[in-house]
Amino acid sequence: MSSRAETVVMEKTAKKSHWTLWRRQVASILRLEVGKNFTGKRSILIYLLAMTPVLIMTALVSVHYDDIRMNFGEASVIFANLYEGMILRTVVFFGCAWIFMNLFRGEVVDRSLHYYFLSPVKREVLVAGKYISGLFTSIILFGVMTALCIFLIYLPLGYSGAMNQIFSGPGLNQILTYMGITVLACIGYGAVFLVIGLFFRNPIIPAILLYGWEFINFLLPPMLKKLSVVHYLHSLTPVPIPEGPFAIVTEPTSAWLTVPGLIFVTAIVLVLASFRIRRMEIKYGSE
Amino acid sequence: MSEPSSQMIVFDDVSKFYGEILGVNRVNLSIAPGITSLVGPNGAGKTTLMNLMTGLLKPTRGAISILGVSPDEPEELFRKVGYCSQFDSFPRGVTGREFINMFLSVYGYAKGESDELTMKALERVSLTEAANKRVAAYSKGMRQRVRLAQSIAHNPSVLILDEPLNGLDPMARAETIRLFRQLADEGLHLVISSHILHEVDMMSDSVVLLNNGYVVAEGDVHGVRDEMEEHSMQILIRCDKPAALASRVFGEDQVVEARLHEDRHGLFIKTRDADKFYLLLNKIVAEGLVSVESVTPVDDDLSAVYQYLIGSETEGSRI
Repeated sequence: MSSRAETVVMEKTAKKSHWTLWRRQVASILRLEVGKNFTGKRSILIYLLAMTPVLIMTALVSVHYDDIRMNFGEASVIFANLYEGMILRTVVFFGCAWIFMNLFRGEVVDRSLHYYFLSPVKREVLVAGKYISGLFTSIILFGVMTALCIFLIYLPLGYSGAMNQIFSGPGLNQILTYMGITVLACIGYGAVFLVIGLFFRNPIIPAILLYGWEFINFLLPPMLKKLSVVHYLHSLTPVPIPEGPFAIVTEPTSAWLTVPGLIFVTAIVLVLASFRIRRMEIKYGSE
Repeated sequence: MSEPSSQMIVFDDVSKFYGEILGVNRVNLSIAPGITSLVGPNGAGKTTLMNLMTGLLKPTRGAISILGVSPDEPEELFRKVGYCSQFDSFPRGVTGREFINMFLSVYGYAKGESDELTMKALERVSLTEAANKRVAAYSKGMRQRVRLAQSIAHNPSVLILDEPLNGLDPMARAETIRLFRQLADEGLHLVISSHILHEVDMMSDSVVLLNNGYVVAEGDVHGVRDEMEEHSMQILIRCDKPAALASRVFGEDQVVEARLHEDRHGLFIKTRDADKFYLLLNKIVAEGLVSVESVTPVDDDLSAVYQYLIGSETEGSRI
């Protein structure tokens, strides 16, 4: 084999071994972080938050059991309001804030981030591992929460009624869309809060400001609306809900633009996080 | 003959400022294999230098190279470097074995390999029996040792140790110093920070004296030893019967003063010869007279010795 060919083979092998190593490292970080996210001292708040809509839904369904069975169309609208107003804009928002901001900030508070910084891990790989672990945690938690809420709203229909609604009516499409929106919310909010946790010593204030921005989204002019996560997620909701008399109505963005757009913005935000973490110093004393 | 920079730790005009506050200023050093001690009182810049070496801090000015690798490349650097920092924090709920193992898995080692490296590291710091105990239940000395084990587990060529003997009992101190010597003899670079001059004297090949962020002297350790012998040092011994220990040691030549701690659970000893005193203490412990919890050299007198050295330096002498 010529020396040039040998060089090409060696480069390919090195690249392949890099990917293998990075995959292993991400898997290790994922294992450690998911364990912490689900069983650490900070997880209690997330469980409480995720249980809230389920409890409210349980109460709602038990009070209006017969009404839901008689008029499922109206129940779907009520669910859509509950989903957007509480699950998406509050529970998933603050849940992601707590999970993703603590991925780095929590370790600074616990004075344990240096163990990762003293490992032969590319900082970008660390960001990827942590982000994926946050994603895994939030999707499992809020996915299950969304599924439970959907299950509860279908409960009064009974088995055959529910199956009929799901497979012969719009049910399946709605269920998949709600689940998909929850996943997308975790992807989008997760990246934003990961970065906030890296840039701010006290990330609560920017998180609240962001909440305010997302909350008043319906009042914003079309250009500004697009600078929010909830605008895109709102465009995807299967049951449209009125936003009130003061809302500035804009054309919803199509799913074909929303999904790749959100993922693209997430990728940019993660690149920003990688830049930040390469320059990050460990100074626990000053935190 | 001087060694190539790929085998040295090099500081090239390195400064670090924390806003307006000086961390270290204009540091130029070339550190060869063997044990190099960074010596200086609290706030001298020892930890800052170590954190700069490991990329935990970024220099405001200048460049650092560890065996030819920049601290900005952690993926390469920490294949060669292990750092036992002073941060006494651990992930919650882990045992000693899990603590080392979990971070070796982040290095990319396969499970069997990381298990083997973990056990070897725990063996080197004599912590195999406590391997499956939770770190939260460890004594300060054990926590120090498990951090040391974590820093050597991947067999680095450069070991950076920030006050590694703090909190260790006399036996563990002697064992740990022996381990450092062994590692240095194997060709490793060991950079150790300490403000305990007699320990520096015992183990170091060279010293770097720091004061207020400046390197005030560097070189071989014999000069430091000569200065030290004229000064007594103070040691705090935490034990169950400090009064009994005081009466036992008071007649010994090397003991200048023995004073009970205010809480009556400790004894301050001033000694002219710390090595001899530690041997004596080991003997007393072996006799079963007292049960020693910890032995800590006390800052103040060491600072006095240090100030003496700094005084010499400013008058133009070089160690």
